[in-house]
Amino acid sequence: MDILQSEGALSQAGIAQTSSSVKGSAAGAAGLPDKPLIVIGAAGTWGGSGLKELWYYRELLYFLALRDVKVRYKQTLLGVIWVVMQPLLMTLIFTVFLGVLARVPANGKPYPLVVYTGLLPWTFFSSALLGCTYSLVGNANLITKVYFPRILIPAASIAARLLDLAISCVIMLGLLSYYRFVAHFPLTVTWQFALMPVVLGLLILFTLGLGLLISALNVKYRDVSVALPVLIQLWMFVSPVIYLSDLVPVRFRIYYFLNPLAGLIDGVRSILLGGALNTFALAVSGLATLILLVLGAVVFRRAERNFADVI
Amino acid sequence: MKPIIKVKDVSKQYRIGSVQSANRTFREVLSAAARSPVRKLRGQSPSPYQTIWALKGINFEVYPGEVVGVIGRNGAGKSTLLKILSRVTEPTTGRIELFGRIGSLLEVGTGFHPELTGRENVFLNGAILGMRRAEIERNFDRIVAFSEIAPFIDTPVKWYSSGMYLRLAFSVAAHLNPEILIIDEVLAVGDANFQRKCFNKMQELRKDGRTILFVSHNMQAVTRLCKRLIYLEAGVVADDGDPTDVSVRYMESSFKTKSQKRWQNLGEAPGNDIARLWSARVRNESGETIEMIDIRRPVAIEIEFEVLEEGHVLVPNYHFTNEDGAYAFVAADHDPNWRRRPRPRGRFISTAWIPGNFLSEGALRIGVAVSTMSPVVVHFFEESAVAVQVIDKSEGDSARGDYAGPMPGLVRPLLNWTTEFLPAAEGAGQLVGESAS
Repeated sequence: MDILQSEGALSQAGIAQTSSSVKGSAAGAAGLPDKPLIVIGAAGTWGGSGLKELWYYRELLYFLALRDVKVRYKQTLLGVIWVVMQPLLMTLIFTVFLGVLARVPANGKPYPLVVYTGLLPWTFFSSALLGCTYSLVGNANLITKVYFPRILIPAASIAARLLDLAISCVIMLGLLSYYRFVAHFPLTVTWQFALMPVVLGLLILFTLGLGLLISALNVKYRDVSVALPVLIQLWMFVSPVIYLSDLVPVRFRIYYFLNPLAGLIDGVRSILLGGALNTFALAVSGLATLILLVLGAVVFRRAERNFADVI
Repeated sequence: MKPIIKVKDVSKQYRIGSVQSANRTFREVLSAAARSPVRKLRGQSPSPYQTIWALKGINFEVYPGEVVGVIGRNGAGKSTLLKILSRVTEPTTGRIELFGRIGSLLEVGTGFHPELTGRENVFLNGAILGMRRAEIERNFDRIVAFSEIAPFIDTPVKWYSSGMYLRLAFSVAAHLNPEILIIDEVLAVGDANFQRKCFNKMQELRKDGRTILFVSHNMQAVTRLCKRLIYLEAGVVADDGDPTDVSVRYMESSFKTKSQKRWQNLGEAPGNDIARLWSARVRNESGETIEMIDIRRPVAIEIEFEVLEEGHVLVPNYHFTNEDGAYAFVAADHDPNWRRRPRPRGRFISTAWIPGNFLSEGALRIGVAVSTMSPVVVHFFEESAVAVQVIDKSEGDSARGDYAGPMPGLVRPLLNWTTEFLPAAEGAGQLVGESAS
């Protein structure tokens, strides 16, 4: 399936149609474009024209994401407060059990900050990936009834989590300020802060690539959604979420950072708490993101054709 | 003129039995992969699936401004064709070219979320159906007005009654502005009032020169709305053309009954030792056998039967049922010449005339019988012997007048209407004045 012509052609056709409707059916033929607007064929590709179509439907991405956000907090007593409470409560729990009771080494850094800087990217990743996995199956009624680029569904479910991520970042700033100005913990703002959007951007794209792959697989193989929570739990422990990557013995570290999330989470923490950026780990994350995005898009595009038939 | 839709050799293959196997688990995939070499060694087919062609080599073109009905029985491939046209699923082979924006109403309210308010759902649903945000904002007031639920527009739709929900959903869809609109049985939902509203909206779109593909089982609605019908049968286009011709073909194949039936020899004909049926047919005033009758014209049901044993009083009687199988009426022979009079041996032709402007629209199936009344003996009763299609061209002089929507009823007589008019007296007409004076 392709839209062969640009969005301009679509809206032009829209105008032609409006004028023809005034004049009645006789004018209808005059407004027809020379080339077909849409060609439905057995084999489709996702070339530049597919991207134009995505652009045409960009508002739907916004509305679907908005729906996800609104629905999540409708009929909750505390509403958006939950977005703030969740990471704080998690931080409190981990601080009490791991920081205070198990005394996980924090390299002289306040343990709540260590945990929070890990939970910030991790919570986004795990919740967005899980939501994304269920998104296609959860929207089966749309997929079997109406056409729009299917990729918008998983993309919107990730986009809906961006609000949570943004709020987490604001809380982060609050925590950092508290430790800097009230607890007088030596934190300095360095040029590395400028890299924060880059690392978070990578994290979002990494989640999107993996999400596309997994959500498409889940349409056909529902095992995915059963196995995923377990795998995510495991993934958390092999990533520096509730501990510092310094804990990993140096000789294993090169393997440890083959996990693309390790580099991203470590990156966020190094930027915020001041530390050397692990360029090798970030390079691994960048490469993995690129591969996953391409792979995810290709697999998704191939699987997409049969969604309505197998979902 | 250039077509706005070109459908070329479109086929769609489905796996059957894939209801379970479609959602295959990894274990099944793995075990199938492990088994397949073994199966190949044994010479079995590597594919465990059976396939069916839901559509086979469909070809047609639709021109701008045409209103085309797609009819066919369940499983004929209507829904598949619709899904392919609206790009929900892709064809296995073939190609479709669309020269205009396409909007499809496969189900109203697609994507409505119960937790969201009416307003939020209008925007969400509009975007899902392919409207731009600016377009929705421009039409928002009209959408709400059409739906008649303005006071509740900021209430979550889960508190709506199903009627309100449906009205809002249809309003959004009705304000879609594509050049090509695909509609699937939308008229089948909702109460009569709402159906009428939907129907009028479709008429309006038609007058607007919009190209409409309308898929339905409802022959009456289809013949009334469409100037052309495409009849699908077992995945192929069985007929394509004038609604009256196509609907006859559709009726024949779905009823397995034509407007004429005859038997070559009496031995096989229905009946007993007293009377046997030769033939039955539907005919018009000029004596031609017809498949279809204008609702305003009289139509005759005629049977020819052989009386094999003399001395019996025989009463031919006809049984009329509509497409839904509901009994419309029964008619028994009233010819004064043969009432209560024993018949001699020989051949009889009995004809019953149904006046114009009496039958309801749609297909009518006629069963024919010959009985003796006291005591009751049925000599033969051929159920659905013949059938006829009653067509209302909506030209304003039938019983429906200028109303074009669905009209219930087993019969639709044109009655004698009279009106009395009392002119308003001078100075009267003010509501207060009359009781005060």
